[in-house]
Amino acid sequence: MQIQMETPMLPALAVHDLSKVYGNGFQALKGVSFEVQQGDFFALLGPNGAGKSTTLGILSGLVQKSTGSASVMGFDVNDQAFGARLNLGVVPQEFNFNQFEKVLDIVVTQAGYFGMTRDQALPEAERLLKSLDLWEKRDQPSRMLSGGMKRRLMIARALVHGPKVLILDEPTAGVDIELRRSMWEFLRELNAAGTTIILTTHYLEEAEQLCRNIAIINKGEIVQLTSVRQLLAQMTSETFVFDLQGNADKAPELEGYHAQLVSPDCLEITVERGQSINDVFTRLTGAGVMVRSMRPKANRLEELFVSLVRGANA
Amino acid sequence: MKETNLMAVQWVALQTIVAKEIRRFTRIWQQTLLPPAITMTLYFVIFGNLIGPRIGDMGGVDYMSFIVPGLIMMSVITNAYGNVASSFFSNKFQRSVEEMMVAPVHPGTILLGYVLGGVARGVSVGLIVTLLSLYFTNLSIHHLGVVVSIILLSAILFSLGGFINGMHARSFDDISIIPTFVITPLTYLGGVFYSMSLLPEFWQGLSRLNPILYMVNTFRYGILGVSDVSAWLSFAMMLLFITLLSGYSLVMLKRGVGMRQ
Repeated sequence: MQIQMETPMLPALAVHDLSKVYGNGFQALKGVSFEVQQGDFFALLGPNGAGKSTTLGILSGLVQKSTGSASVMGFDVNDQAFGARLNLGVVPQEFNFNQFEKVLDIVVTQAGYFGMTRDQALPEAERLLKSLDLWEKRDQPSRMLSGGMKRRLMIARALVHGPKVLILDEPTAGVDIELRRSMWEFLRELNAAGTTIILTTHYLEEAEQLCRNIAIINKGEIVQLTSVRQLLAQMTSETFVFDLQGNADKAPELEGYHAQLVSPDCLEITVERGQSINDVFTRLTGAGVMVRSMRPKANRLEELFVSLVRGANA
Repeated sequence: MKETNLMAVQWVALQTIVAKEIRRFTRIWQQTLLPPAITMTLYFVIFGNLIGPRIGDMGGVDYMSFIVPGLIMMSVITNAYGNVASSFFSNKFQRSVEEMMVAPVHPGTILLGYVLGGVARGVSVGLIVTLLSLYFTNLSIHHLGVVVSIILLSAILFSLGGFINGMHARSFDDISIIPTFVITPLTYLGGVFYSMSLLPEFWQGLSRLNPILYMVNTFRYGILGVSDVSAWLSFAMMLLFITLLSGYSLVMLKRGVGMRQ
């Protein structure tokens, strides 16, 4: 049996009317449908228990679907599992490697499960472990690694067979800021080289920084499926925090704006769509209030996410 | 366009699983290879050297020569079983079994890989015990084909048993229940230390229901040329059980029992 690995006209992932009822009766997915095009950097967002990991579990073969269909590069994950899995790399949320195995052995063994001999896998494993700053640890048992190193090991393991599609389930959970940024850079380069990436994350800044398209899932249903740019365009208002030079006794009167003094030297102002931040500065200066610095109160996507999920729960 | 052959992938995956299993039991040799060597040496010293001469002949041979085949077989089956049960359950417990589940590895390849890993440990321990026994007695082989085939079939059968145990186990306690309450009693009552002819007729009939009795006696036949049972019946029974357990394991694996939600 010969399997062709490239099917350029097909979506990288296609999920149609997918549902999942667990043995305890909990319905994790209620007819989820979405597609991810080849080359995309796609975010699947949602609160805890929304169905993100179940969706990714079905795609990667770890969870059995109840109804619906799911495919990877045109290969059905159940009926054509061989082709689907050859094209997919999976970075799960929880560490799932043998704690007693050495780092290099974990990566090379995974390559073996995809049909790569040790001689074929070693150069690729070396390249990936060096890219992810793990080469010096190659002979250490995986339990000796830090949390961040373990996350990077799972990325190296998922990529060793050169998948067309990479799924990452909260890849930067518990990772410090510096390391997170370096992982972002690694993933950007990987995507630029042609790998389709789908990630779930709790860090909405991560989705905004990395992803072009986004699906928001809540209680097993897709509540928003769009591009990040279009999603942000839905914002009707944004709140900014102004750090003031000196103390203000009370919030200045800014007609048309909602302003609130949260501390004597800190002012929050909500700017509606159509209003101008320049206008706010002009009015503050006119009122004798000098601004030392300004920043958005929250990540923009975070505000939208909260409002969308609240709306869906209402 | 890159093409990938299904069978070529399975062949490399099989080699990978077997190599991983061998790497595991050799890495922890203090827990896997050393204990049976010490235990069996104690058996040889106590039962063979100290008590054996007072017992005299058993089944037409001296007592030490009589118990050596049984002890070798006991080592093979307990180690083959224990290797697969503990390795597979440990992989489930650490969730590293997911590494194979997200890869294009056929359930049959997974099963065969673990079984061959169990056979490798069972045969390795069997060889160690055989070498140790040479210090205490002179072993001559009556029928090499019977010796090799019965050892391999026994190791395969008990590896399959260990796999099923590991697949259904939910805690580490679950993988010690079968060896403690089933395999050990059946082994001790399977003619390792005595000839069935010593038993009253009723207990002889009951013993014939014990599959381990057939393995021990057929192996003893291969070494010494004496046996309480028919070798052909043993081979037929083992092939039947191997077929049944393989089929059951494959069905359970395809369903993802204990692994897939």
